[in-house]
Amino acid sequence: MDFEYQSMRTFADSWGLLYMFIVFVAVVMWTLRPGARRNSEDAARIPFKED
Amino acid sequence: MNNQTVTVLVGVGAFLALLGAAFAQDAAFEAHAWVLFFVLAISTVVMLRQMRFAPAGAAARVLDDDSGGYLDGVVRWGAVITLFWGIVGFLVGVIAASQLAWPVLNIEPWFNFGRIRPLHTSAVVFAFGGNALLATSFYVVQRTCRARLWGGDLAWFVFWGYQLFIVMAATGYLLGITEGREYAEPEWYVDIWLTIVWVAYLAVFVGTLVKRKEPHIYVANWFYLAFIVTIAMLHVVNNLSMPVSLLGAKSYSAFAGVQDALTQWWYGHNAVGFFLTAGFLGMMYYFVPKQAGRPVYSYRLSIIHFWALIFLYIWAGPHHLHYTALPDWAQTLGMVFSIMLWMPSWGGMINGLMTLSGAWDKLRTDPILRMLVISIAFYGMSTFEGPMMSIKAVNSLSHYTDWTIGHVHSGALGWVGMISFGAIYFLVPKLWQRQRLYSLRLVNWHFWLATLGIVVYAAVMWVSGITQGLMWREYDEQGYLVYSFAESIAVMYPYYVLRVLGGLLYLAGSLVMAFNIYKTIRGDVRAEVPMGAEAEALVPAE
Repeated sequence: MDFEYQSMRTFADSWGLLYMFIVFVAVVMWTLRPGARRNSEDAARIPFKED
Repeated sequence: MNNQTVTVLVGVGAFLALLGAAFAQDAAFEAHAWVLFFVLAISTVVMLRQMRFAPAGAAARVLDDDSGGYLDGVVRWGAVITLFWGIVGFLVGVIAASQLAWPVLNIEPWFNFGRIRPLHTSAVVFAFGGNALLATSFYVVQRTCRARLWGGDLAWFVFWGYQLFIVMAATGYLLGITEGREYAEPEWYVDIWLTIVWVAYLAVFVGTLVKRKEPHIYVANWFYLAFIVTIAMLHVVNNLSMPVSLLGAKSYSAFAGVQDALTQWWYGHNAVGFFLTAGFLGMMYYFVPKQAGRPVYSYRLSIIHFWALIFLYIWAGPHHLHYTALPDWAQTLGMVFSIMLWMPSWGGMINGLMTLSGAWDKLRTDPILRMLVISIAFYGMSTFEGPMMSIKAVNSLSHYTDWTIGHVHSGALGWVGMISFGAIYFLVPKLWQRQRLYSLRLVNWHFWLATLGIVVYAAVMWVSGITQGLMWREYDEQGYLVYSFAESIAVMYPYYVLRVLGGLLYLAGSLVMAFNIYKTIRGDVRAEVPMGAEAEALVPAE
């Protein structure tokens, strides 16, 4: 097989983990960014626009 | 597609099933093909009898007329069938519990515990829970996108196709057709059918999101979409297998040994995470604010809840394989991610509960809201218990014991069941344009019967589970096991009888609900003192 267990594993628990972590932190920061409050308060009222 | 085409297609399907029975390679497949034949043949007859030959347009949409531009007929059917499968699943659960207490109830070969147990799990998870998700997701996505379901009658195909999957899975178990994979027992041909139905489900859901009139996609839809996409991925990978014959019931998994075990629990735990958690969180984020009459406590917390859950849950599966041949690092990984899940789980629970802040008084007068709130409380309790049990030291005591069964049931009966009941109580008066439910007091009865049932069940399983765990690891001073396995079974008897009682209470609650929903759909309203009114009468005049 071309891909070997150890190298896959090493990639997953280094670069793979880092990538996932950065994406997650970016998502959280984007959600909590200043100015998002108004948008999220509007979004929270979506269920009440219809019956 | 019009009704004629569909009827012809179902008829052709029935004929193919007949051919399958004729040329079957083994007796099990032959019996199963006969089941499929009768189901499809009866469906064809029913559809032929409903066919309208009036000019197109004149008789169109006689049945299941839709209100307000939304496709609600499928939601109405979904609400009723959820309740039906729920009662079937709870009943089979009570039977399975009785079989453990009184082994004489194992009626071989079709109704012994080995076949009844997957029938119970699939009936409650996929038939009851799955239909609840199907119905509510179709309702919520239309309301929050302000768009009719995409794909015309494709939603009806999803609905009936899913019922066919349930019938084929359930009859397969009783005939002894099984892959033996936890929560994924149906054999390859039933799996392929579910894949087709699921892709159609995804198409309907995403299509509706795409044509939405509301710019923002409400968070409930995020959870529903994550549930649909992830289940598709899990289902396909877990069921990769090679059938022995094109017309035979048996297939072999593409994986072997510990890889197979990990694949199964990667699937199994994420079925819990994305079917029983993410999907029902979608329900929570719509129905709790609606019933409480106020927006969710923190919308931004709900977004973080979503991403944290998505990023963490998928790795937690290995905690089902502690102290096995699975590499140690993988076990530890599963444990660590399970413990990290505490954060999103409790964040979500707090978000759900705090939605009621300033409206807690409604709990006194609104038993539907009470039901939704206790479901969130059970969500918090079982997502605390789960990570704790994933810790290796705790797991060495709890694994393979009834503690696990108790944990699953506090999550399934408490969280999944209660939030589904609450959602259906909310939906039925709206879907049938009734002023209110037939009786709120009966909802209160249901609430207490179900809650008592869960408490009895969970408490009894804690005691029996820890007893089992302690008996199995009890050594004497010479290093011999003190108890034989049979002795630990004999000790379980009173707990197993009590568990039947807990299950009966829960089942009784669902029967009360069925009566209440039946009366509501008929349009009856019970003359009763409103909830909380008698307490107010006691307040002295000032």
